[in-house]
Amino acid sequence: MYTTELDKQPEKKNVTPIDGAEDPALVEAFEARVAADEFIEPKDWMPEAYRKTLVRQISQHAHSEIVGMLPEGNWITRAPNLRRKAILLAKVQDEGGHGLYLYCAAETLGTSREEMIEALHSGKAKYSTIFNYPTLTWADIAAIGWLVDGAAIMNQVPLQRTSYGPYARAMVRVCKEESFHQRQGYEAMMHLMAGTPEQKRMAQDAMNRWWWPSLMMFGPPDENSPNTERSMRWRIKRETNDELRQKFVDITVPQAEYIGLTVPDDALAWNEEKGGYDFGEIDWEEFYAVVRGEGPVAKERMKARRDAWDKGAWVREAADAHEAKKRAAAAA
Amino acid sequence: MSGHDWPLWEVFVRAKGGLSHRHVGSVHAPDKEMALHHARDTYTRRLEGVSLWVVKSDDIIASDPDQAGPTFAPAEDKIYRHPTFYEIPDEVKHI
Repeated sequence: MYTTELDKQPEKKNVTPIDGAEDPALVEAFEARVAADEFIEPKDWMPEAYRKTLVRQISQHAHSEIVGMLPEGNWITRAPNLRRKAILLAKVQDEGGHGLYLYCAAETLGTSREEMIEALHSGKAKYSTIFNYPTLTWADIAAIGWLVDGAAIMNQVPLQRTSYGPYARAMVRVCKEESFHQRQGYEAMMHLMAGTPEQKRMAQDAMNRWWWPSLMMFGPPDENSPNTERSMRWRIKRETNDELRQKFVDITVPQAEYIGLTVPDDALAWNEEKGGYDFGEIDWEEFYAVVRGEGPVAKERMKARRDAWDKGAWVREAADAHEAKKRAAAAA
Repeated sequence: MSGHDWPLWEVFVRAKGGLSHRHVGSVHAPDKEMALHHARDTYTRRLEGVSLWVVKSDDIIASDPDQAGPTFAPAEDKIYRHPTFYEIPDEVKHI
């Protein structure tokens, strides 16, 4: 559903000099391959920093998919009708699938599934800040599909050409599936906006609460994004946070207007010269607070995640026992 | 799971009759039946295929990427293996 590298603090702009200890000839050959848009595959030589950056980014992305199931999963039993319920179930299942594609891609870099799950559950690993906001009404589910998945698609489309092969291939699958998520969300929003005054109010309220967090999903502004420069050179990232954010605003504002929703930004104005919208200041203090785990429902999300893991333990144990029994029977 | 990940399985899908199975990703599972179930749920939620293979990752023998040069380069000097190596007059058709 989402990826941008997250750090706990806005770091000072420091581009680490690359890899003093590594063989300069190998580094040079690697840089040349990446610059020529070649894909790097799991067993190829790569700088340690490239590996680490990828493990962090891919695992954060995987965690975001997994945690992303929680706010929506909450609404499955309360979906307004059977059609919406079936759609939401399929979407939540997709998010789980996306998490699995991405964990597999990260594992090709030498980290284990267990380590990643452990890092998520212990609170050491980061995931998208967006999931630490509560989903108060049904309209929030519509807004998440349309805005949050919409922002995610914007981030993910360029990642289909990211330089690490397994990550790029996982993103191709994710992108194919993600479009349904966004369209079903917009459709649900459209229905609410064609409904009673109360439904319209509900939709606008969800819009008001999700707009800014969605813009934050693209990560800190470029001048405060310490890893952007190197990640761009290594083709891990293909477009900067601000470029993607601008694109998202430009395509989303007309969609909002079409169904009569107001974008909650007084500074929003079309800028003919740049061919895009100008928009207001993002509250980065809020963003960093949420990254640090101070989001409104951060604790609740992690507790729900750990509970799901613990309550599923018996299933994993049963599968193990079944395998052991069959192995014993085959040996006898 | 008692302090370890389940074995990793590589998943291959045949998109439709007439095509080869193609690698799509991997899953963790304790045994082959579960691997197949997981592969089905993870990689074929939208009619992506008509047949699935799962193979234990450990059972795949791979060539060494560092040896890609010596392994594959000899083919480059044997250009006479390609049809374009041979010059045939334009008047000669269907060849």
